Amino acid sequence: MPEDKIAVYFCHCGSNIAGKVDVEKVTAWAAEQPNVVVSREYKYMCSDPGQDLIKEDIQKLGVNRVVVAACSPTMHEPTFRKAASDAGLNPYLLQMANVREHCSWVTEDKDEATEKAKRILNAQIHRLPFNEALDPIEVPVNPAVMVVGGGIAGIEAALKLSATGKKVYLVEKQPSIGGHMAMFDKTFPTLDCAACILTPKMSAAGKDPNIELLAYSEVEEVDGYVGNFKVKVRKKARYVNTDTCTGCAACLEACVVRKVPSEFDQGLGKRTAIYIPFPQAVPLRATIDAEKCLTLKGKKCKQPCTTACGPQAIDFEQQDEVLDFEVGAIIMATGFELWDPTPETRYSYGQLDNVITSLEFERISNASGPTGGHIVLKNGEAPKSVAILHCVGSRDENYQEHCSRVCCMYSLKFSHLIKEHLPETEVYELYIDMRAYGKGYEEFYKRLMDEGVHFVRGRAAEVSSVALSPEEEGRLVVKVEDTLLGIVRRIPADMVILSSGLAPAKDAKSVAQTFGFGCSANGFYLERHPKLEPVSTVTDGIFIAGCCQYPKDIPDTVAQAGAAAAGALALVDNPTVKVEPTVSYIDPEKCCGCHICVSVCPHTAIQYNEEKGVAEVITAACKGCGVCVAACGSNVPQQAGYLDDQIFAEIEGAMAL
Amino acid sequence: MRYLYYPGCSAEATGKGYDASARALMEKLGVSLVELDDWNCCGATSYFSVRELDSFAIAARNLAIAQQMGDDELCVICNACYTTLAKANRYMAEDPKVFAAVQGALGAVGRTYDGNVKVRHIMDILINDIGLEEFEKHVTRRLTGLKVAPYYGCQFSRPMGAFDDVQMPTTMDRLFEATGADVITDFDAKTDCCGGMMMLTREDAALRLCHELLVAARQGGADVIVAACPLCEINLEAYQPRVNKFFGTDFDIPVMYFTQLAGLALGVDPKQLAIDKQVVSCASVLAAIPA
Repeated sequence: MPEDKIAVYFCHCGSNIAGKVDVEKVTAWAAEQPNVVVSREYKYMCSDPGQDLIKEDIQKLGVNRVVVAACSPTMHEPTFRKAASDAGLNPYLLQMANVREHCSWVTEDKDEATEKAKRILNAQIHRLPFNEALDPIEVPVNPAVMVVGGGIAGIEAALKLSATGKKVYLVEKQPSIGGHMAMFDKTFPTLDCAACILTPKMSAAGKDPNIELLAYSEVEEVDGYVGNFKVKVRKKARYVNTDTCTGCAACLEACVVRKVPSEFDQGLGKRTAIYIPFPQAVPLRATIDAEKCLTLKGKKCKQPCTTACGPQAIDFEQQDEVLDFEVGAIIMATGFELWDPTPETRYSYGQLDNVITSLEFERISNASGPTGGHIVLKNGEAPKSVAILHCVGSRDENYQEHCSRVCCMYSLKFSHLIKEHLPETEVYELYIDMRAYGKGYEEFYKRLMDEGVHFVRGRAAEVSSVALSPEEEGRLVVKVEDTLLGIVRRIPADMVILSSGLAPAKDAKSVAQTFGFGCSANGFYLERHPKLEPVSTVTDGIFIAGCCQYPKDIPDTVAQAGAAAAGALALVDNPTVKVEPTVSYIDPEKCCGCHICVSVCPHTAIQYNEEKGVAEVITAACKGCGVCVAACGSNVPQQAGYLDDQIFAEIEGAMAL
Repeated sequence: MRYLYYPGCSAEATGKGYDASARALMEKLGVSLVELDDWNCCGATSYFSVRELDSFAIAARNLAIAQQMGDDELCVICNACYTTLAKANRYMAEDPKVFAAVQGALGAVGRTYDGNVKVRHIMDILINDIGLEEFEKHVTRRLTGLKVAPYYGCQFSRPMGAFDDVQMPTTMDRLFEATGADVITDFDAKTDCCGGMMMLTREDAALRLCHELLVAARQGGADVIVAACPLCEINLEAYQPRVNKFFGTDFDIPVMYFTQLAGLALGVDPKQLAIDKQVVSCASVLAAIPA
């Protein structure tokens, strides 16, 4: 065994670390520690010259153990391990000491930070002599990809992947793909009709031979690891045979349950118990709502749908189907929910008529919507005055702190549509700041000013029905402080549109858990790096796209979907992928075959060998969580890279000072 | 049941009707209110605005006395007193510096306060301790057909919302529904400000707010407005002639403390509830409900 020669590199990270930690002092101290042959500091260790320091010392000084005191290992451990490897050192003989996230960023006092940095570093100096060389495990990659969510993001990602010849499973919870975009009338700032640009893509996805469309389906379980995910998808019973149904809608005409609020029309229109959400649905197949259908509720019905159906596609006996398949990569494109403005009682949503959400207005202004595209009040009359309230449930510490990014622009679009349909109608936009940041957006804003829309800078205080003047009689009144004029105004309006913010889907957290990644503080899916890895997650092989990551407009969503598809392709286009060798190992000589590890393993990566009477780890399936190590009563399973003596040495190092 | 009771300054002046009716109502419900010894002004909104830390000490003195009397709850009727006292509690609990400063001030007058006296609004006690079911059992004079505008004011549930929704409180609605009254449940102005002390400094601004409240009440067809705060009550009631002069209106709407109207429903003598002391005559209300 050659003697341990440890090299220490202390990164300033600009002023991120050096601003709090006395780098010179810690570096000089480290040089005095046992086994340390060289101790250096550098402004940016992750830069090429920084990495070259490591390489040179390995080659010239014969350094055989390295500790880099810098940022979190989730950030740059791969960078430095690659450098070590390039210089001929096994990458697992390099350890990171996290003196940024764990120290300089969270410690106020400089002396304390310096002492803490020493301890963090000392832990790794003590550990390194116990580290062993490890080799990455190479596993085969399944070339198929699963895309979860069939909105514009999911459709785009699926089409891009299909174009490369890869098999794609597109899973959508609703009976049709299309997502929120299918509900919109026009899109800002170009005013293209949303359906005109979306439906060709929906249709292409539906017909694509490489895309297996699993609509009205939900992912129940995900197991496995990068390149080899095992997926369980529940295909919910539609009670309609999708092979024979032609989507002719004759059953819809026949159904006697006619007053179910239509989800697609935001409850403004009605649908039948057997329904097709909208005429351009893909797949164009009927679905029976089991909670509304009389037959399925066990009530009497003459089943006119069955009589009306030519191909006899209706099947009341149909059951949910559970599909198991494997994919190499997963793209999450599960979208958003509109923030429900009911809790913001001062805006009277749900209390006063004609106070509506932005998505409700999308349906009202849509030619295929419940009013046939006529912008009308509940009583059928055209509004003479409309107020659009920005930032409802957005940029508000009481609800959601974040800016939802799209509301300013869709509000402008609403103004334009109202002016186009009803030129005599007064339109008021009540905004905090106008955020017109995209290509052609500022120009669109300018255009709306020319169209005679009243822009009032101020967050609306209240929507009231109390009339103080004849002009306000029988109308809604929006109270607002106009911060440009410095006065409190009362704006009479017949219709009030609440430009609600975008919220994470209610089940975002549990879905993220199912797939093994996390959510940001605001509830949206957490990307691996906010700038450089915006479509990756902490789980290798799982990517994110669209509004599930953060509110964004259609161009950004489509761009991100393309990036996620490229990320997935870069993975599944390879025959194999290297995975971390930090997996657990069970010594058959010591195992008593008690089964405890088999029962606790969350990834079913341990199987019991009947013949030998011992437990065995399936290396490729092991994710290195360490649960078996902790659970075993005889201390048999050992996890490479996290051996007991390594961990104890680390603790001793931290406590020694 | 027994509660330590803090009447607040207005109870000895413009708000005599609130104090009298609160005591009578609780007595009818079998609850005794024991007045806090040697209580002082809570400091109200004005003191908070100019000398915040001192105001906590002023408020906390009352809580210290409550603690000394061996009680851990204090019943308050006025919205402003309620919010001020509860705020002192909250700031003391959240900020050790405030806690230490208040302790220092109390120590100078030989008192101490640990922060454990819970400040309870009388409505909270009615709804959550006594309960609507028990309350309804005592109703002997149902208010059937009487249109009641429940006016909570700004400090009833804001900012803390300890016992009711912050923005859209409903406890008063429910209390009067239990009396059989026709409650205007969508009373749009239920938490709007009455103008408060502004009536003395910027009358024009306060009158505008009162005007809007009165319009809202009339729009809802109110026979009577019920209030839970002496300042709201006096502004809405006594300033109706001023509102009329300014806005050319003809308001003459009876305004009562909610404890007065609830007391009537429980069959308490109107004199005991000091209803005859109201500025706007409540004769129409008394005439509208069966004896």
